[in-house]
Parts: sequence; C-alpha cells; structure tokens
Amino acid sequence: MLVYLLRRLLYVCPVAIGVSAICFMLVHVAPGDPLTAIMAVDATAQEQEAMRAAYGLDKPLPTQYVIWLGKAVQGDLGKSIASGRPVAGEVIGAVQNSLVLAFAASLIAFPLGIFLGFLAGYFRDSWIDRAVTTVAIAGVSLPNYWLGIVLVIIFSVTLGWLPAMGAGDGAWMWDFTHLSHIILPAITLSVVPIGIVARTMRALVGEIYSMDFVQALYAKGLHRGDVLRHVVRNAAPTGLSVMGIQLGYLLGGSILIETVFNWPGTGFLLSNAIFQRDLPLLQGTILVLALFFVLVNLTVDVAQAIIDPRIKRS
Amino acid sequence: MTDTPLLEISDLNVRFDGERTVHAINGLNLSLGQGEMLGLLGESGSGKSVTLKALLRLLPPKRTQIDGSIRVNGADIMTLSGRRLSSYRGGEVSMVFQEPALALDPVYTIGDQIAETVMRHRGIGRKAAMEVALDMLMKVRIPSPERRLKNYPHEMSGGMRQRAMIALALSCRPKLLLADEPTTALDATVQIQILLLLRELQREFGMGIIFVTHDIGVAVEISERVAIMYAGNIVEEGSTRDIIRDARHPYTRGLLSANLHNVAKGTRLEAIAGAPPSLETEPVTCQFAPRCPNALPACEKGLPPFFVPGPGRRVACLLENGATAD
Ligand SMILES: Nc1ncnc2c1ncn2[C@@H]1O[C@H](COP(=O)(O)OP(=O)(O)O)[C@@H](O)[C@H]1O
Ligand code: SF4
Ligand SMILES: [Mg+2]
Repeated sequence: MLVYLLRRLLYVCPVAIGVSAICFMLVHVAPGDPLTAIMAVDATAQEQEAMRAAYGLDKPLPTQYVIWLGKAVQGDLGKSIASGRPVAGEVIGAVQNSLVLAFAASLIAFPLGIFLGFLAGYFRDSWIDRAVTTVAIAGVSLPNYWLGIVLVIIFSVTLGWLPAMGAGDGAWMWDFTHLSHIILPAITLSVVPIGIVARTMRALVGEIYSMDFVQALYAKGLHRGDVLRHVVRNAAPTGLSVMGIQLGYLLGGSILIETVFNWPGTGFLLSNAIFQRDLPLLQGTILVLALFFVLVNLTVDVAQAIIDPRIKRS
Repeated sequence: MTDTPLLEISDLNVRFDGERTVHAINGLNLSLGQGEMLGLLGESGSGKSVTLKALLRLLPPKRTQIDGSIRVNGADIMTLSGRRLSSYRGGEVSMVFQEPALALDPVYTIGDQIAETVMRHRGIGRKAAMEVALDMLMKVRIPSPERRLKNYPHEMSGGMRQRAMIALALSCRPKLLLADEPTTALDATVQIQILLLLRELQREFGMGIIFVTHDIGVAVEISERVAIMYAGNIVEEGSTRDIIRDARHPYTRGLLSANLHNVAKGTRLEAIAGAPPSLETEPVTCQFAPRCPNALPACEKGLPPFFVPGPGRRVACLLENGATAD
C-alpha cells in the first residue's frame, strides 16, 4: 500500500509541472495586451515600457515562466493588476467560498443521486426507472444558470424567502444567515451532478444485478437485503470515482452559477479576471484550480485502491 | 420416511417469454433417492441449467412461465416464498456453478462468503461461522486454509476457487447438491481432482447430487445413474452400466460413439450431425427426428412415449415399440 501511495505521489509531479506550464502559456497565447485594461488611454510608449517592466512582461517567456514558478511555489502568485492585492490571498478567499458551495452542493447531489440511481437500477425497466432517467436527463441538459434564475425569481423575488445574491456578510460561517444564502446556489449547482451520479449508479447497479454472482447469492439463501449489501460493496469503487470527478468539477466553481448568484468563489473570480484582463489573477486562479483537480484525482485513486480488493496495490 | 424420495419433479414445463419465446423444459419427470448421484447429460442448450435453476426457484419470475410440481423430501417447493424460500436455498438444496470466477462475489473474501451463508442458516455469530468456514476449507482440502479464508476470489486459481465454491455449497449440509458443470471450466487434471473430491464428500455427507455435464465420459465416471436430456426433456435414463452397455436412444448412442472416437483427443460431443431444435414452439413430435439416423415416418406424427426396456430404465423412442415386443 505504501509503495502504491509513493508511486502515485511520484506520478503527480510531472502532471503538476505540466499543468503549471500550460496555465502559464494559456494566458500568454490569448490575444490582446494584458496591460491595456489598466493603462491610461494616453500613456506614452515610455510609460508603457515601464509598466511592462514592472510586471516582468518585458522578459522572454521561459524566463518569465521560471520566475513565476519559483515565486508560485513559495506562495507568491504576484499582484492582481486590477485590485493591486496579492493574487494568493484573493484566490484562497475565493477557493474557500467555492469549497463551501461545492460541499453544500455535494451534500445535496450525492445522496440524492445515489438514491435515485439505486432505485432505477434495482427496478430496471419499470416506471420508476423511466421516471428517474427522465429526471436525470433533464438535470444534465437543463442550462443550470437558467434554473438558477428561475429559482431566484420564485424564492427571492416572488416569495421573498431567500436572498438572491452573495454569500452573506463577513467570513463564512455555518449559521442561519449564511446558510440561507447558500441554499439556492447549492441547489442549482447540484442538479448536474445529481443527473450524472444517478445515471452512472443506475447503469452500474443494473449491471451488477445481472451478474452471475448475484444469482449465486440468492442460491445460497441470502435475503434481499444481504444481496443489496453485496451490490453496494461492488458498486462502491466506481461510484466513488464518479463522485470524485464530480466533486472536482464542483470545486472548480461554476462561472455561470457564481455569476448569477454573485457568489464570491473561484468561478466569479475567474470571470472577473477574464473581463478585466487581469493576467496574474487569471494565471493564479487557473493554477490553483488545476492543482486542486490533480489532488482530488489522487485522493479518489488512493481511496479506490483502499476499498477495491481487485486493484493490485504493489 | 426413508422411502420418501429426495427429489421428485413431475411434468415440469418452463417457458421463457421475451423477445423470443423459448420452450426450455417440456414435461420433464425426474426423481432422485436419498444420497444418490445422478448424472444429467445433454448438449449445450438442452435445458440442464434451467432445470437446476427451477429447482432453486432462481428463474426470473416475470419472464418465466413454470408449471408442474417439484418436491424435495415431500415438500412442495413451487409455493415457497420469503423466509422459507431463503432457508430452503442453500440450506436444504445448494448449488455449485459452472464458472466459480463469476459465481463468487469479487469484493468479498472467501471466508466472508462462506461465513455469511452459515450465519444466515444457523443463526450463529460471525466468529463461530468463520470456524465453520475454516473447517469446510479443510474438508475440501484447500492448502493453508487459514490464509485462504482471507483471500479474494481473484487471488486463487480456478481449481481452488471451485473447491471454495464447493465448501460454500456444503457449509450448511444440504440434502441435495446441484452441480452445474462444475468442472467444465477447469483443466483436465484439476477436473479429475474435483470429481474425486465430490464423490468423497458425497460419501462423507450422504447427500444426493445432480451432476450436470455435457461430457458423457465425466457422467459415466462419477454417477450411478444417468439421464440424458434433449430439447428440454429427458430422452433416456438408466443405470450407468446399462446405458454404456446398451444405450437405446439414437441420441445416446450418437453421444457414446462420438465420445469413443474422440476420447484420445478429448474433444466434445458435437459429433452428431445437425443442430438442436430452436424450441420456439412447444414440441409435438420427436425433437431428435431431424437428426436421427433411424427416424421412422411415425416419428413425425407425435411425441414418442416412454418405453421401459428394463428395470430402472426408460427411453423415449418409437424404436422401442418393436423392441419391447421381443
Ligand atoms: N433467463 C432466460 N431467458 C430466456 N431464455 C433462457 C434463459 N435461460 C435459459 N434460456 C434458454 O433456455 C434454453 C436452455 O438453456 P440452459 O438450461 O442454460 O442449457 P444448458 O443445458 O446448456 O444448461 C436455451 O435455449 C437458453 O437460451
Ligand atoms: S422416436 Fe424416431 S426420430 Fe425420435 S429418436 Fe426414436 S427413432 Fe429417432
Ligand atoms: Mg448450462
């Protein structure tokens, strides 16, 4: 197990380096001059040069990358061009907000998705199955920002029950005011993962139930509940990895949903960075998100290896 | 009590309704005495597995039409349900499957899989059940059984898995063991070891066994009595000795001669020309007629009844009509 863990950790290094290089390059191949947004319209060529030098944009790309990476590993992601504040601080704050939202959305999506998927897989080809499948397809294909807007119109504008904007004042806390802010965005964000988890579980559970060993379990006199326990154990590794991937997406924050609800997370930050052509902020945010994704994948793989005896651990 | 047969199947019919209708079993009668070993022989698709599954009530209820009666130790099992069905399955009658790699749950250890069965049937705790599991692994002669208890199926060889499957099936001391081609998926040498093991365990536990195979050599090797199935019914039955010496049904004879010719090469029985019928409609004539070298015009006119050429024998073939007159 330890060897497996170490090897898996070792694989992460080249991925992380690649990811950082891509992050760095992505922004540089984007058209447009990053400084135009903040530069005075009538700036002289000399002023422009000075500004460029101040942000290190005058050096050759590989040098810029090495400098950027060297600082990044020390937690220095540069300063936001728009706000002038350190990127690291802004990203960490946004990541925390997105984490909270992702966590809340998972809390809704995973139990519900698993439950619906199991139900459909167990009663395969019945009306329950068809109902769940319809709901799942609708969940995946409805534009979720549209759903967000509808929810806001119903629960905030018409009924006035829940706030429509922001995450509540001050730092996040699990109290009533903050929770009332998170309900609508969390529901909106959970719809796609509900659909995906439900559909995956349905296929998985249906497939396991049609395997020979299930008949053998009945043949040895087990009850329906015992067999269900076996099916759950068999579905767990795949189910876990699907949820891990979904969690990864959720953690990335949703640009559209965070924008609709003014939720100050990474998605919101990204969209601001893009519209303001805030290069360091964009780079920093993408880098942190990408590394997050790598980390989540690593965790899922390791967890899967722990619970699935079929995966060779040496 | 002693003369209650262990198993009595009368007039069993099984039909699958789906995209395609299959008349899988057509009026099958079969009985088995206490502690008897019967070889059930037939080509692939002749309905052997369906017969065994009907016996354990494992056929999918929605798509399956079953009628007829099945009695085990005098009790009607067609009406069992709920807890009584669960305690019958694995308790009174249990099954060894053809492919142990598929019939064992891949994510549970062998020990757990045996122990949970024992716990269900005997209502004992996990620790005591593990003791039973260990004892069973010793009985089926698995080396270093303590270690094997903690193994997952994929960590064992095919032969070892089948031994574990047998240990599982016998862990609650069933009166009847259904062995569905338990050696087909194994190498020849392992196959013989498993056969010997089954025969030994049968003597030790005194249970009845239905041993399903499509290999007449194996059937003859292991059983006192054989029944030959074709297209969802038995076409000939008798003691192993009688069948070898004096097979009456043209299908049985075909199987035997095909086997004799091919013993050395170890090939299978498909040497009889032609293919088995599709079973889409209920049989009304001798199902073997299209492939039968001895077919008479009368064979196409109706189902041949059973003739009794000797004690403990029956043959469903019109050729016996004249033969019995001798
Ligand atoms: N669950 C099922 N649904 C539909 N047809 C089935 C099912 N199980 C078996 N059959 C059909 O019944 C016939 C007998 O099958 P089976 O008993 O498995 O043959 P075998 O003698 O090889 O064990 C075959 O034609 C098979 O296709
Ligand atoms: S009844 Fe006729 S067709 Fe059928 S096996 Fe006998 S001889 Fe052949
Ligand atoms: Mg079969």
